[in-house]
Amino acid sequence: MNKGMHPLVMIGLVGAVTLFGRLLPTWTLSLATIAAANALISLGIVVLARTGNISFGQGLFYAAGGYGVALIANGWGLTDAVAQVIIGAVCGGVLGLVIGPLIARYSGIFFGMLTLALSMVFYGALVKSTALGGSDGFNVGRPTLFGIGFSDPREADFMLYAVSVITTGLAGIAATILFRSEFGLASLAVRENNLRVEYLGLSANRIISLNFVIAAIFAGASGAFALMAQRHIDPQFAYWTTSGEFVFVAVLAGNQSVAAVFVASMALELVRSFSNLYLPNTWQLVLGVFLLGVILFLPRGIGSLWVRDRRRKSTPATASEGTTKKEVVL
Amino acid sequence: MKPVLSVRGLDKRFGAVVAADALTLDIPVGQKVSLIGANGAGKTTFVNMVTGYLAPDKGSIALDGLDIGGRSPRNVAKLGISRSFQIPQLFIELTAAENLTVAISGAGTRALSFQSPAGAQERHDKAVELLRRFGLADLADRPISELAGGVRKLIDISMALVRRPKLLLLDEPTSGVSAEEKFATMDRVIHAVAPDASTVVFVEHDMEIVNRYADRVVAFYQGRILADGEPAHVLKDKEVRRYVTGGTQ
Repeated sequence: MNKGMHPLVMIGLVGAVTLFGRLLPTWTLSLATIAAANALISLGIVVLARTGNISFGQGLFYAAGGYGVALIANGWGLTDAVAQVIIGAVCGGVLGLVIGPLIARYSGIFFGMLTLALSMVFYGALVKSTALGGSDGFNVGRPTLFGIGFSDPREADFMLYAVSVITTGLAGIAATILFRSEFGLASLAVRENNLRVEYLGLSANRIISLNFVIAAIFAGASGAFALMAQRHIDPQFAYWTTSGEFVFVAVLAGNQSVAAVFVASMALELVRSFSNLYLPNTWQLVLGVFLLGVILFLPRGIGSLWVRDRRRKSTPATASEGTTKKEVVL
Repeated sequence: MKPVLSVRGLDKRFGAVVAADALTLDIPVGQKVSLIGANGAGKTTFVNMVTGYLAPDKGSIALDGLDIGGRSPRNVAKLGISRSFQIPQLFIELTAAENLTVAISGAGTRALSFQSPAGAQERHDKAVELLRRFGLADLADRPISELAGGVRKLIDISMALVRRPKLLLLDEPTSGVSAEEKFATMDRVIHAVAPDASTVVFVEHDMEIVNRYADRVVAFYQGRILADGEPAHVLKDKEVRRYVTGGTQ
């Protein structure tokens, strides 16, 4: 079994990437912040995809996290960035706990469509809710960190970059440990054959539900980051195109590597920014071609560039490897 | 002898098709029972009802005196009935050892760990030990997708053994195995399951296998039990020869 990178090395890498932000130009900082926030929610989709289910409605939890944080920030004046991320994660997680067990009994396209439908119901409710600003949404103040306010835009951007990179990095480390764990292997087993999982005494529904809650927690925290970066929230957070974008990143990344999610998210933001700059009227076309290219040449996602396919790593079973021919060809 | 499995008046219909018609059967501890019958006779339906995959329309199923009728496959597995499948039900993208590891995790008494590595030494060693019993230890790190059908069948059986079941149900353990290798395969299965499962029920179409390995034979026909007894008697039964074996014995 692949042991992979040690968590302490990963923590060191997260620290290095955070400090690297000091060298980046301001426009790159905000781009990286958005990429990290998007990577966090897409990582949740990858976590869930390991059970064989794709959520097309993660915007629901993204919006729940964002609106929850925005309401608490405006109502109680809580502006601390770390507290806001935690609140966003809790909002997403609680909603995931309610929805997850109900939706876990469905699979495939039904699962995907139900998540999409729920997010659109939430979107509709937000648009109609005048108390939450309707379709215009509402604004929130600039976030602080441990009581420190940041009036310099460059410092404020770096603070947000650092918090988002550290949070997403820690989530990535947690996901890596999860993927290698007993629970992670059982999640893959659910994807492969959920009936056999049940016959082995495990609950496939419970495994899917727990992965769903993890994905919802990541989505809620991501919503908090999006809110802090924009200082504005509106129902667009829950709209299906927003959810689709996160699925886009997850498809680009594949499910073989946590790092691939971050690379895919950054690649998407870069492609979007530059195509928007140089081809303002056709940037969606460029994005589409980019996705097609990845699907055609890297069908298992960007992660397959550095994670070798196990099926190709080993040669077919032969009689000369300590077992008789009879045993292999039975 | 005390029955480990006791079935009374089991009925199951699929529309007009009668898959089980008032089935009544006791299986004592330590017996090796073979279920025979033509396709559609109700053998697999019986296995599916006993393991909780299908709910009977009527009747009761008891394991060690405990009513298990209507319970889910997961609960039935936890109570001590394991099964293998006619078409092996494995996790194709995972390795043989990982398949066993999932089974070992499922048999554990505590919840699945979020941090303990799946391939922890203790679990891996246990997985390899089980594979070794079937002569497959060298294939532990091979993905199932690379392995031949017969090997998959043995891995499927080995996964069912992990819980050390009170009752092991094997659905056609030698199907897909060539005529020259069927006895070797069945020898290996019987030898490998012996330490963990003393009571074995196997569905089989090959009467030579039935004759050699079963202590008792139950012949099914149109959802009913046509004959039940020692292989020598059942396989010579006139009705069994007419409706089940086609005069092969």
